[in-house]
Amino acid sequence: MSANEGNLIIEGVRILDPSRDLDAKGHLVVQEGKVTACDAGPAPEGGVDLPRVDAKGLVVAPGFVDLHVHFREPGFEDKETIETGSAAAAAGGFTTVVTMPNTSPAVDTAAVVHLVRNKGLAAGQCRVLPAAAVTHNLEGKSMCQYGDMVDAGAVALTDDGQPVRDAGLFRHVLEYSRILGVPVITHAEDETLSAEGVMHEGKWSTRLGLKGIPAAAEVVGVARDIELARLSGARMHVAHVSSRGALELIRRAKDQGVAVTAETAPHFLDFTDADCATYDSRFKMRPPLRSMDDQQALVEALADGTLDCISSDHAPHTPNEKEQPFDLAPFGVVGLETAFAACHDRLVRRGSFSLLDLVRLMSLAPARIIGSEGGTLRPGAAADFTLIDTETSWMPRERDLLSKGRNCPWLGRSLTGRVQATYLAGRLTHGQRWAQEAVAR
Amino acid sequence: MLRTKDLLDLESCTSAELLSILDTGTAFRRVMDRPIPKVPVLRGRTIANLFFENSTRTRISFELAEKRLNADVVNFSASGSSLAKGETLKDTVDNILAMKVDLIVIRHGQSGAPHYLAERIPAGVVNAGDGMHEHPTQGLLDMMTMRQKLGSLDGKRVTIVGDISHSRVARSNIWGLTKLGAQVTVCGPPPLIPMEIEAMGCTVETNLEKAVRDADCINVLRIQLERQENNLFPGNREYARAYRVEDKVIAECRSHCFVMHPGPMNRDVEISSSVADGDRQVILDQVSNGVAVRMAVLYLLSGGAPESLGDTIA
Repeated sequence: MSANEGNLIIEGVRILDPSRDLDAKGHLVVQEGKVTACDAGPAPEGGVDLPRVDAKGLVVAPGFVDLHVHFREPGFEDKETIETGSAAAAAGGFTTVVTMPNTSPAVDTAAVVHLVRNKGLAAGQCRVLPAAAVTHNLEGKSMCQYGDMVDAGAVALTDDGQPVRDAGLFRHVLEYSRILGVPVITHAEDETLSAEGVMHEGKWSTRLGLKGIPAAAEVVGVARDIELARLSGARMHVAHVSSRGALELIRRAKDQGVAVTAETAPHFLDFTDADCATYDSRFKMRPPLRSMDDQQALVEALADGTLDCISSDHAPHTPNEKEQPFDLAPFGVVGLETAFAACHDRLVRRGSFSLLDLVRLMSLAPARIIGSEGGTLRPGAAADFTLIDTETSWMPRERDLLSKGRNCPWLGRSLTGRVQATYLAGRLTHGQRWAQEAVAR
Repeated sequence: MLRTKDLLDLESCTSAELLSILDTGTAFRRVMDRPIPKVPVLRGRTIANLFFENSTRTRISFELAEKRLNADVVNFSASGSSLAKGETLKDTVDNILAMKVDLIVIRHGQSGAPHYLAERIPAGVVNAGDGMHEHPTQGLLDMMTMRQKLGSLDGKRVTIVGDISHSRVARSNIWGLTKLGAQVTVCGPPPLIPMEIEAMGCTVETNLEKAVRDADCINVLRIQLERQENNLFPGNREYARAYRVEDKVIAECRSHCFVMHPGPMNRDVEISSSVADGDRQVILDQVSNGVAVRMAVLYLLSGGAPESLGDTIA
C-alpha cells in the first residue's frame, strides 16, 4: 500500500448520497480509508495535504451493493472465480456483493463460508459476503449449522437456484432465522409449474415452440412464501421478482406488515420475452424475461417501494455451455458490468426516476436488507464509492468484459452512463487510467 | 429464387415466396407422373440430410426429392453418431460441410436448432421439423394439397384438430395459411392449446362440432401417447370421445369439406378408420405432394428460378 492510498480529495463532483437525500455539487475527503467530509461546496484549501482528484462532470455515489451474484467458486471456476467476479463487480461500480451458495461444495458449512470470504479478501476488489445454504447441498432435506455460518460471516440464508420445496421445513427455517439476525432469501418458484420450461409462457413461447414457464410458477411460489413469512415472523427477501402477480402479493403483504423485502434484476427492466425471438441463449435466464406488462409492473413497483432494490443476478457460464440451441443452454446472464448503465437508461433517461432514486435502489436499500453499513457517504463511513459519467454512451463489447462469462444480453447495445472509477475503503479498484488523468489535471 | 439461403420457417416467408414455392411444386408434381420422374437441375450439388430425431416419411420424402433433382445425397441419423460422444451440433455440421456440402436438411428435437445452424454456417439450411416450432415443408405440402382441392386459399376456412401445443405442423400451417388469406381455427383439449395462440392470427374453438361446421378443410394432427403420460389429457379413449374425426362429425360438415392428416395416424384415436379410408380424405395426395414441394424448395434455394423451370421440364 502506497503512503497515499486511502487518502484523497475528490473535487468538483456531484454528490449523490441517499442516506442524507443529498444531491449537490461538492467534494469528498477520504482519510485512512474513511470518508471524513462529504459536503456541498468546494473543498477547503490548505489543511491536510492530500492528493486531489478533479472529478468535474462526474457524480459520486456510494459503492453499489448487489444482493445476488453467482461467483461460482468453489467448484465451477471455468465459469467465474471470486477474483474475476470481483473485478467485474468493481468495473460496475459495486463495492459489496452477496454471493449465492450454489457452488460445489455448496456454501453449507462454516469452512466454505470462510473460503469464500478469504478469497474475496485476497481478490481485494469488493466486499464479498457469502449467503449460506438453507439446506445441506441445497437438497431441501436438512438444515445446516446456521449459527456457525453466520459467525463465519454469512449474511443471508438461501437455497437460490431453486426453492425449498418442503414448505414445512422452510417454515421452520424462517422461524429459526429470527435468532440469527440475517434474512432468508427465497427463490420463489413452483417447479411443477415451471417444469421443463425454458422461457416465459405466452405468445412468444407459443410462436417459437419453446416450453413455457408461466408467471404463475413464480406467483404461486411467492404466495406460499409470504404466508410462511407471516406465520414465522421472520425477515424474508424475495429474489429476482419478474411478474406482476408476484408484485401484487408482495405489495399486499407489506401493507399488512409482513417483514418481506424484494428485488428485481436489470435484465427484467430492459428486455421482455420478445427478445427471445431469435433463439439467442443470452436471453435465457430463470425466472425468464416476461411480458411488457410485467415489465411495466416492475417499474411501478420500484417507484412505489414494493420492490426495495435492484440486484444483478449475475450468473456466468462458459461460452461453450451457453453457445448452444436455446433449449439446451443453461439459465443465466452476466450483468455486473452493465447493471448501472442499463438501469440508468431504463429508469432515469427513459423513465421518471431521479439519479438519486436509482443510486438508492442500488446501494443504500440493498445494504439495509443485509444490515451492512454501505450505501452512505456520511463522514465516518468506509470510503466505498463510485464515480460515474452519466452522459457518456458506450457499447459493451465481449472483449472488454472482466467477467469470465460472455453471456451478456447487452453486448452490442448502446447504453448511456458509465462507471469511471470505483474505490473500496479509499483504494482504487477500477479506473486506473481515468484516475491517473484526473490526478494529473 | 428465395430471399434467403435458408427455409427455416413459414413465419418469415412472404406470400409471394409461398406462392412461388407452391407453383413450382405444382410444376414438379407433373414431372412425378412421367415414366422417368427426374429432372437434373441439381446435378453436381450435394445435400446432407441430418436427422437428429426419428423420421421415416419426411426423410424418405426429402431423399426422393433430392434424387429426382439429381443431387448427390448423404444421410446422417443421430443414433450411433458422434453426437452421442458429446460433439456439439456446430462441430458435427462443420465436419460435414468440410466435405463440401451445398445444402443441409435438418430435423432436430430442439426448437430453433436450424436457426442456430443457419446463423453459423455458409450453406443453406432447410428445416425438416424443429421441436415444437415449425415444419415448413409439411405446411407447404398441406397448402399445396388444399390448393388442388380448393383453388385459391383466400377466404377459405381450415380447421386444425389435435395437440396444437406440441405441433410444429400446426404452427407452419397457421403461418402459411393465414399469409395466403385463409381463416384458421385450431381445436383440441385446452391443455393442448398453447397460450395466446390467437396472436398468431387464428381462432380457438374447443368444441369439435363447432370448429368444423363451416370448414372447407380439416387437418387432423397425430396425438402422441406421451402427452397422456404427462397428464395433459385423460387418455386416448376420452380424447376420441370428444375429438375423434369420424363419420358423424363429417356428416355435419359442408359437403365439399375434406380431411387431411400428416401421418403417421393413430387409427381410431384422432381419426376413425372409416374417415381415414373414406372418400373425403386426401392423405396420400399429401404424401405425393410432399415430394414435389420439397423438390421446389431445394430447387429454389439452390438459385433456381421458377420461370426457367419451364424450359428444363418442358
